[in-house]
Amino acid sequence: MAKSIDVSDLNIYYGDFLAVEGVNISIKARAVTALIGPSGCGKSTFLRSLNRMHEVIPGARAEGKVMVDGQDLYASDVDPVAVRRQIGMVFQRPNPFPTMSIYENVLAGKRLNAKKLKKSEADDLVEKSLRGANLWTEVKDRLGKPGMGLSGGQQQRLCIARAIAVEPEVLLMDEPCSALDPISTAAIEDLIHDLKSDYTIVIVTHNMQQAARVSDDTGFFNLRATGEPGQLVEFNPTKKMFTNPDNESTESYISGRFG
Amino acid sequence: MSVTDPETDLQPIGSTSRAGDTIFRGLATASAVVIVLALAGVAAFLLAQGLPALDGAGARSYGYDNIWVYTGPLLFGTLLASVIAMIVATPLAIGVALIISHYAPRRFAKGLGWLIDLLAAIPSVIFGMWGIEFVARNMVPVYNWLNDYLGFIPLFAGPVPTSGRTMMTAGLVLGVMALPIITAICREIFAQTPVMHQEAALALGATRWEMIRLAVFPYASSGMVSAILLGLGRALGETMAVALVLSPSIVVSFNLLTAESGSSSSTIAANIALNFGNASGSKVDALIFTGLVLFVITFAVNFLGRWVAARAVKKG
Repeated sequence: MAKSIDVSDLNIYYGDFLAVEGVNISIKARAVTALIGPSGCGKSTFLRSLNRMHEVIPGARAEGKVMVDGQDLYASDVDPVAVRRQIGMVFQRPNPFPTMSIYENVLAGKRLNAKKLKKSEADDLVEKSLRGANLWTEVKDRLGKPGMGLSGGQQQRLCIARAIAVEPEVLLMDEPCSALDPISTAAIEDLIHDLKSDYTIVIVTHNMQQAARVSDDTGFFNLRATGEPGQLVEFNPTKKMFTNPDNESTESYISGRFG
Repeated sequence: MSVTDPETDLQPIGSTSRAGDTIFRGLATASAVVIVLALAGVAAFLLAQGLPALDGAGARSYGYDNIWVYTGPLLFGTLLASVIAMIVATPLAIGVALIISHYAPRRFAKGLGWLIDLLAAIPSVIFGMWGIEFVARNMVPVYNWLNDYLGFIPLFAGPVPTSGRTMMTAGLVLGVMALPIITAICREIFAQTPVMHQEAALALGATRWEMIRLAVFPYASSGMVSAILLGLGRALGETMAVALVLSPSIVVSFNLLTAESGSSSSTIAANIALNFGNASGSKVDALIFTGLVLFVITFAVNFLGRWVAARAVKKG
């Protein structure tokens, strides 16, 4: 089910402002790709362009090609709603629906897609998704309780369960651990490692150790100067990025000399 | 009103207080006191002047056995007109508020919001005239249609007057008048829906409407209820528009489409407006008593609306 993503010459604009320029990248299926770089360099913007979520902001648009399994996401006949059903997303701050129970949160996406869900099918899907998100044992006795009652880390895993319940091809994660404590972060990182066998995962992170721990490939985004568009400076296997990067600025960033 | 403040008399040496502070605080306190006094004064007036009508003298001089027989049908008419108004205004207001907060391009939304606010600024007597001259006349064919096809339901029984000045017209006009307040509050709450919940819905592949159902409505539900109650408060007390559209009558009638004397209800506010000028003695008391009833109900509805809103704030 997992798909690879090929991006060529992608420019992303907010109105007239060119935020990200000329991205070319090949994201492998069933692998974790980490995107790192200083704040404001466009890595989150780029991530959101992969499932057209950046279009939520008025005036945002993209030029170029994003091919997922031979289909261009930006072709004129492609509906962004359909794109987002195939490419799920997990956000920086856990955002379960506050009025819904844990059970209903997991099913929220599925209920949009499927017309009617049998009770037994729904139960199975909830269990499968929560197990997939390593949350089942912690919540199986309180599925009817509100999702907001969970801890931050559990809420984030609930959001992951909600995202994988619709069986997407790709999972995008926008700094999924930045609002979490180290123990919850470790739980999410373990989960990312498990999910890799079924999904293509792209993760934006500010934490370079995290990138080194979880990813197979790493992309480094940077700005040439303030006010200039962000660019993908280097994209290589994570091992190479963190030991012997091609680009000088990658090395200074990773070794903590700026950013 | 003079408020003597002991601090100004005994100002300690080296104090940083200025005359301006003292004056402003005095003015602000006085304003607050005046508001409380005004409300208490209105309540006291209604009680002092209205309660004597409980003996039934005023009602008898209008030809009714006791005050409740007189007030009851008016109260019924008031509620009926307001309920029609809410049925008309609520979906419209929520729709307009959604257009402004989530659908329209920003510039157009701003203009539309401004127009809706303008609607609130139109004096109610103008709504009344618009009700008689425009709504009533133009709704006659609709009323006839309703009467022809749904006339077996008592609500829509005939005959439909050619003037179109019926309970339904009054309710429609009230609905338009309550629209701005409901729209303004809903718009405000819809716009406050946390972006992260809207994005959560969109990222699951929700269309805009599905996103609104998943994220916006659950967040805004109690705010919507309180908006509707505040709109209801406005519709209940509205006078001129109803007074112009309906002829006064003391009768309980569910009939929305007819103006035959004795078969169409009127409202408390309109009844007071139409009769107060040539009332005297115990009749005045009876009218003031109906006013007291209206005061209590609008007060309760407004209070309930604010209570729901406040509870939502605490919860959320």
